[in-house]
Amino acid sequence: MSAAVASETPRLTVTGVSKSFPGVMALQDVTFTVRPGTVHALCGENGAGKSTLMKIINGIYSPDTGEMRIDDEPVRVRNPIEARAKGIAMISQELNYVPDMTIAESFFIGRLPTRFGKVDWAHMRREARRLLAEEGLDYSVNRKLGSLTVSEIQTLEILRAVYHDADVLIMDEPTSAIAHREVASLFAKIRRLRAEGKAIIYISHKMDEVFELADDVTVLRDGTVVSSQPASEIGPETVIAQMVGRDLDHQSYPKEHAEIGDTVLEARGLSNSQLFEDISLSVRKGEIVGLAGLIGAGRSEVVRAIFGLETLDAGEIEVDGQAVRLRSPKAAIDQGVVMLSEDRRLVGIIPQMSIKQNATLASLRKVIRGGFTRRREEETIAKEYFDRLSVKAPSSETRISSLSGGNQQKVLLARWLIAEPKVLLLDEPTRGIDVGAKFEIYKIMTQLARQGRGILMISSELPELIGMCDRIYVMAAGRLTAELTPDQYSQETILTHAMNDSEVV
Amino acid sequence: MLARLKALDTGRYSIFLILGAVVVVASFLSENFMTTNNVTNVLRQVAVITILAYGAMTLIIAGMIDLSAGAVMAFAGVVSVIVYKDTSSMLLAILAGIVVGVACNLVNAFLVATLRTPAFIVTLGMMMIARGAVLQLTQGQNVLQLGDFVVLGQGSLGPIPLPTLFLVIITVIVWYLMSQTRYGRSLYAVGGNEEAARAAGIAVERVKYQAFIVNGVLVGFAGVIFMARVNAGLPNAGVGYELQAITAPIIGGTSFSGGIGTTAGTLAGALIVGVLGNIMNLTGVGSYVQQIVMGVIIAVAVAYDVWSKRGKRKTVILKNDGEADGQPPASGEAPVPAGSGTASGRQGKGVSP
Repeated sequence: MSAAVASETPRLTVTGVSKSFPGVMALQDVTFTVRPGTVHALCGENGAGKSTLMKIINGIYSPDTGEMRIDDEPVRVRNPIEARAKGIAMISQELNYVPDMTIAESFFIGRLPTRFGKVDWAHMRREARRLLAEEGLDYSVNRKLGSLTVSEIQTLEILRAVYHDADVLIMDEPTSAIAHREVASLFAKIRRLRAEGKAIIYISHKMDEVFELADDVTVLRDGTVVSSQPASEIGPETVIAQMVGRDLDHQSYPKEHAEIGDTVLEARGLSNSQLFEDISLSVRKGEIVGLAGLIGAGRSEVVRAIFGLETLDAGEIEVDGQAVRLRSPKAAIDQGVVMLSEDRRLVGIIPQMSIKQNATLASLRKVIRGGFTRRREEETIAKEYFDRLSVKAPSSETRISSLSGGNQQKVLLARWLIAEPKVLLLDEPTRGIDVGAKFEIYKIMTQLARQGRGILMISSELPELIGMCDRIYVMAAGRLTAELTPDQYSQETILTHAMNDSEVV
Repeated sequence: MLARLKALDTGRYSIFLILGAVVVVASFLSENFMTTNNVTNVLRQVAVITILAYGAMTLIIAGMIDLSAGAVMAFAGVVSVIVYKDTSSMLLAILAGIVVGVACNLVNAFLVATLRTPAFIVTLGMMMIARGAVLQLTQGQNVLQLGDFVVLGQGSLGPIPLPTLFLVIITVIVWYLMSQTRYGRSLYAVGGNEEAARAAGIAVERVKYQAFIVNGVLVGFAGVIFMARVNAGLPNAGVGYELQAITAPIIGGTSFSGGIGTTAGTLAGALIVGVLGNIMNLTGVGSYVQQIVMGVIIAVAVAYDVWSKRGKRKTVILKNDGEADGQPPASGEAPVPAGSGTASGRQGKGVSP
């Protein structure tokens, strides 16, 4: 179990850490040790608790129980500023930077050096120039960050962290945002940092990266540590198996047989130069089709593009065999294509409106007719669907923002059912809602399929895809990498295709 | 104490209770207040600002703002007056005023909705353009001797001043648009959450154009009435009116962050401002002090709006901690999403810690 065979003191130890959020146990009794001069890979599926653990180490969350030690000294880190002071730096997955800031400023932001109370610009530029020179970079320190590539900014972030004496570097999927050829130089940098004695926590889904870099590997699943050992003692297959777990439970999905009819949605060669390339997929009547992939694979973007929320550079869409152009959600809805967004709060609810008004928003023609709002009809229609979906709310006048996530989701489903769609694009329909509501949403999906509607569902929960879908497409790095039929279903297969960004179907 | 104040909130009727209280207090402060003459006078005076306020409300609910209302009103009013003097046609004159108002607002709409420039900046520019245009048109001179045109501002139908009659008709139209039409519902949705509205199939850009057009009609017509009431085409009229026009909806519960507000609340807000100004005049309060009082009222109204919303946010978190189910209903929501900005305080009822 323990990799720290050497007598050296671990750089960072996390012991018995638990953290719960309302209704979710995010981390349970997690113990985690990082030795100086090593790269420690942290693996796990989406939602396994990796981010929560890193946020605790970085002081963004405080743990419910457990303690943290740096060089065997107990420490308390209450915010990222304290974390930095303790030598912990996080290079996050989504780089946050101010485009108008210069390179010199970015090195010192948060701790600008002052001289007689005035910011010492000369010192800043001198230091920044020295850092860049040491790294063999020759651009001006007055360049704005906005003019750099993501990989260059990432390099600067690492330089900054090291300059400010970071001993523990957390890298959250550092290769997800950079081009393939830049990965090698990043790895060289990481190896150099390791040689200098830094402790590096490396979060990644990509097994080849993990086994190329890591000295130790820890696997998290459902908020607990499944294994933690030297990389030499474990292989990629074992890690994937451990990430997934063995306890598959098909029985808990209310999947029923539905008559599969003609193709209702057909997409051919959809491309968007920034987001995805050459995506062809189809959904038939009565069919529930899954779209699997890792975060950032481009699944949501494809679905948003079909719904008219992203532009398409190329590709054709047919609904019921008719070629259509869906330039806006309005056009999509008119063609019977609707989308339930993964982001309920930003792209779903109108928080100031009642659940009734939220539900009828996409079908105003049904409730506002002949120049007047038919309040009674609106009430009847909304009630009917709220009953069918068993929305639990005090009244149809209740503001949607006061409901739980699961009930908000059901109201948004009601919005689309009232619009009587042919195809439903469901992006993470059960994310962030409790188990009971999840089951109800599965049942609704089953009913919709039986009514002959086509469903395309994105999910990051593999058991859910396996339990509900008649077919599963897998995406990686903006391309389709597999189309699987039920006899081919297994979490390992899906994950393997999802992590493969070179293979193309 | 603060918690009790929130619980005391009587929801969407509170603004009317405040209006009632102001009227009662005013009638005690001055015996001249409740005379037919004075009441008619107040109603005539508030007409222009209230019509502008409906335009401001429309845009604020949709998440936008119009700083050009005062200048465009002057431009529209002066053009209307000039057209009347040239053609002697009241109808053409009114139409001309409305056309100017709509044209200016179409430019605003193009920049805001199509080019996605912030409304604040766009309408600030339009404020200067319209003011410059009307001054250039008149060479800074007032247009005098309007003849029968003054009827529009000074005339009466029986005991009812014409501006008041116009205000009543416009109030009904605005209420209808806001609460009965797809346009109105879409407006609330866009102001409430633009991305969600778009994803629900609402043509967001079109709704924004419509809102600016409605505002243009209202601002243009307000200009006509204003010039008729003062019996002159004043190119310098309406300075600062754009901000006064914002005051009424804000006092009346329109949320500055969009998505919330009612026609009736705006009317009440405008009447409160009108009555307060009137009673201060009657009791001899100096105009400098009057400004201070108005300023305080705006600050208090907005602070209350923000504060009561903060209470609501806490409530939501609380509810999401457990299950929202089974909680007592937030007392009678308005059928319009509206309620009012201040209404959000109601959500705190019964569930605050």
